[in-house]
Amino acid sequence: MRRIISILMENEPGALSRVVGLFSQRGYNIDTLTVAPTEDATLSRLTLTTLGDDQKIEQITKQLNKLVEVVKVVDLTEGAHIERELMLIKMKATGAQRAEIKRTTDIFRGQIVDVTGTVYTVQLAGTTDKLDAFIHAIGEDQVLEVVRSGVSGIARGEKVLSL
Amino acid sequence: MEQLSGAEMIIRCLQDEGVEYVFGYPGGAVLHIYDALFRQKQVKHVLVRHEQAATHMADGYARATGKPGVVLVTSGPGATNAVTGIATAYMDSIPMIVLSGQVRSDWIGDDAFQETDMIGVSRPIVKHSFSVRDARDIPEIIKKAFFIATTGRPGPVLIDIPKDKTAPSVKFPYEYPKKVKMRSYNPAVRGHSGQIRKAVDALLEARRPVIYTGGGVIQGEASAQLVELARMLGYPVTNTLMGLGGYPATDRQFIGMLGMHGTYEANMSMHHADVVFAVGARFDDRVTSNTKKFCPDARFIHIDVDPASISKNIRADVPIVGTAEQVLSDMIALLRQTGEKPDAKALEAWWKQIDDWRQVHGLRYERGSELLKPQQVIETLYSVTKGDAFVTSDVGQHQMFAAQYYKFDKPRRWINSGGLGTMGFGLPAAMGVAMAYPDATVACVTGEGSIQMNIQELSTCKQYELPVKVINLNNQSLGMVRQWQDMQYEGRHSHSYMESLPDFVKLVEAYGHVGMKVTKIADLEPAMKEAFKLKDRLVFMDIYVDPEEHVYPMHIGDGSMRDMWLSKTQRT
Repeated sequence: MRRIISILMENEPGALSRVVGLFSQRGYNIDTLTVAPTEDATLSRLTLTTLGDDQKIEQITKQLNKLVEVVKVVDLTEGAHIERELMLIKMKATGAQRAEIKRTTDIFRGQIVDVTGTVYTVQLAGTTDKLDAFIHAIGEDQVLEVVRSGVSGIARGEKVLSL
Repeated sequence: MEQLSGAEMIIRCLQDEGVEYVFGYPGGAVLHIYDALFRQKQVKHVLVRHEQAATHMADGYARATGKPGVVLVTSGPGATNAVTGIATAYMDSIPMIVLSGQVRSDWIGDDAFQETDMIGVSRPIVKHSFSVRDARDIPEIIKKAFFIATTGRPGPVLIDIPKDKTAPSVKFPYEYPKKVKMRSYNPAVRGHSGQIRKAVDALLEARRPVIYTGGGVIQGEASAQLVELARMLGYPVTNTLMGLGGYPATDRQFIGMLGMHGTYEANMSMHHADVVFAVGARFDDRVTSNTKKFCPDARFIHIDVDPASISKNIRADVPIVGTAEQVLSDMIALLRQTGEKPDAKALEAWWKQIDDWRQVHGLRYERGSELLKPQQVIETLYSVTKGDAFVTSDVGQHQMFAAQYYKFDKPRRWINSGGLGTMGFGLPAAMGVAMAYPDATVACVTGEGSIQMNIQELSTCKQYELPVKVINLNNQSLGMVRQWQDMQYEGRHSHSYMESLPDFVKLVEAYGHVGMKVTKIADLEPAMKEAFKLKDRLVFMDIYVDPEEHVYPMHIGDGSMRDMWLSKTQRT
């Protein structure tokens, strides 16, 4: 099962490599990974998605918690949560396709953020599924380049991941 | 406030930590530190002949004393040579501080002379590591390093120190912190009281219980509590390879080591148990054999200070995170308070069964052959040292024979590389023990393969007059490899022979020690007695043993705990 693991860790050099190293060292996979400092500059928030059954995820969270620089770990998929991924996608856009891409982008509530005579670049945010669906709707033949941020997530309601 | 350079601060911090010995080897990147070491008397330095040995010496010192071992190596090859020893300590949860030199910080990343990314190289084999970015941070980093290395599940901590951070000309005010606080590191001590209650209930309900304990009892100083609880309950106790000495081996309730080369009675008891009480043990593959067939009827109670060790390989029914010492004490208090007792009748039947197993297939080997048997050597070592030696070992058949036949009654007496299985560990580890306890009897049980992996340390032994007794079980082959080849590769001994062995007697004499060669059964005991009489000399006993001997019992691959070879022809 796909899980979103959210980690609060010390914003120190080397901390990220310990987290990433742990995954390769213990044979866990990482599908997506995103990391940036939080409102408290001494802390970074790292979100990653991985696949695993309950036992594997339990081991992953325990091993992550053992890392000295890791302050808190949650599996966001355990409760209600919001997840978003940002995609920048560059597509061939000529002739009739220009209007078609514009319409599809509107339907998906994306924005065209750069235009040339033959190319559109679209910005789109949403769940991983939504981004996949957009690429499918446009047609993979049209796509020149895709950049995805990886999943960010936050719990719904009043639950907060902080110190 | 006192003004000190980075290098002086490092040495002063070690003094303030109460460090007696630093095991190391100098080189360019650590010269400032070595100079600061030279200008003081309190911290003594032990100069090894290879950095791997420095880590094993520190490790042996730590295992024997419970205090962290300290290592000092230079950058590049100095640091990478230490890797095997760091990994050894990591696998066995041994507290260790490794100070590694680094090229000056403005050269880092330039492929400078003797530059290695030691933080990167060591990352998977340390509990934590620090890189000194500002010399002012040195006292806090060192304090944190000792705190992390020695608390929770212990382990090695590496501090990488660029040369410019130790420059003698740059001084800073020095104060060693009294306490450390880390918001992201708070190891558990006390177990959850509800879980402890559940554990006690499960133990009292048991009809076929086994107490299975590991290195956590040794490292966690919980031996006294284990003995007390086991005696209150009257339950059988088995130890892992790392846990030997945690429970006295000569006690009636001790059923021997368990696992791949465990006793018949220990493995059979585990297989048939209805409650397995694991304390500071981690259900390693050398214990469990096939986890799917492991202890089919058992409920598992598992105490460990490391939550990640619980339910990693075997799902715990009653998990308790806490130190063995604290949790066992709480369980003892609870049992006392309620006055509850186990079912005496069920226990009696269970002990009868275990005693039967003991009778049928207790530890034994073929006697009366012409050739010396390795088991016999260990038995003689046990009687000559009156069971009171510190015994270190290398890795292979000799290690298993020592674990099986030397009966350890006290914790910290049996010192071996259990997790990583590092050949070359035994001699330097014994040296670390001899440093810690100069008056103790220290024996290194080794083989002609392992001893050659760090034999250069005989020179260090001479320099520091370390009277280690080396018991070399010489079977002229890599015995454990050969055994597997006999059992699984139709006796094709692919590169497991040891041709062109040195004349060990001459070799050790060249290093300034006493050598003895023993080939006959009749000579063994008198020679060993003579060796141990030479209290202030290193004696190397080169003992020729039967090369055909195998270690039994031995688990049958992928089987359950009860599936064992009991001899070359007999299996369960």
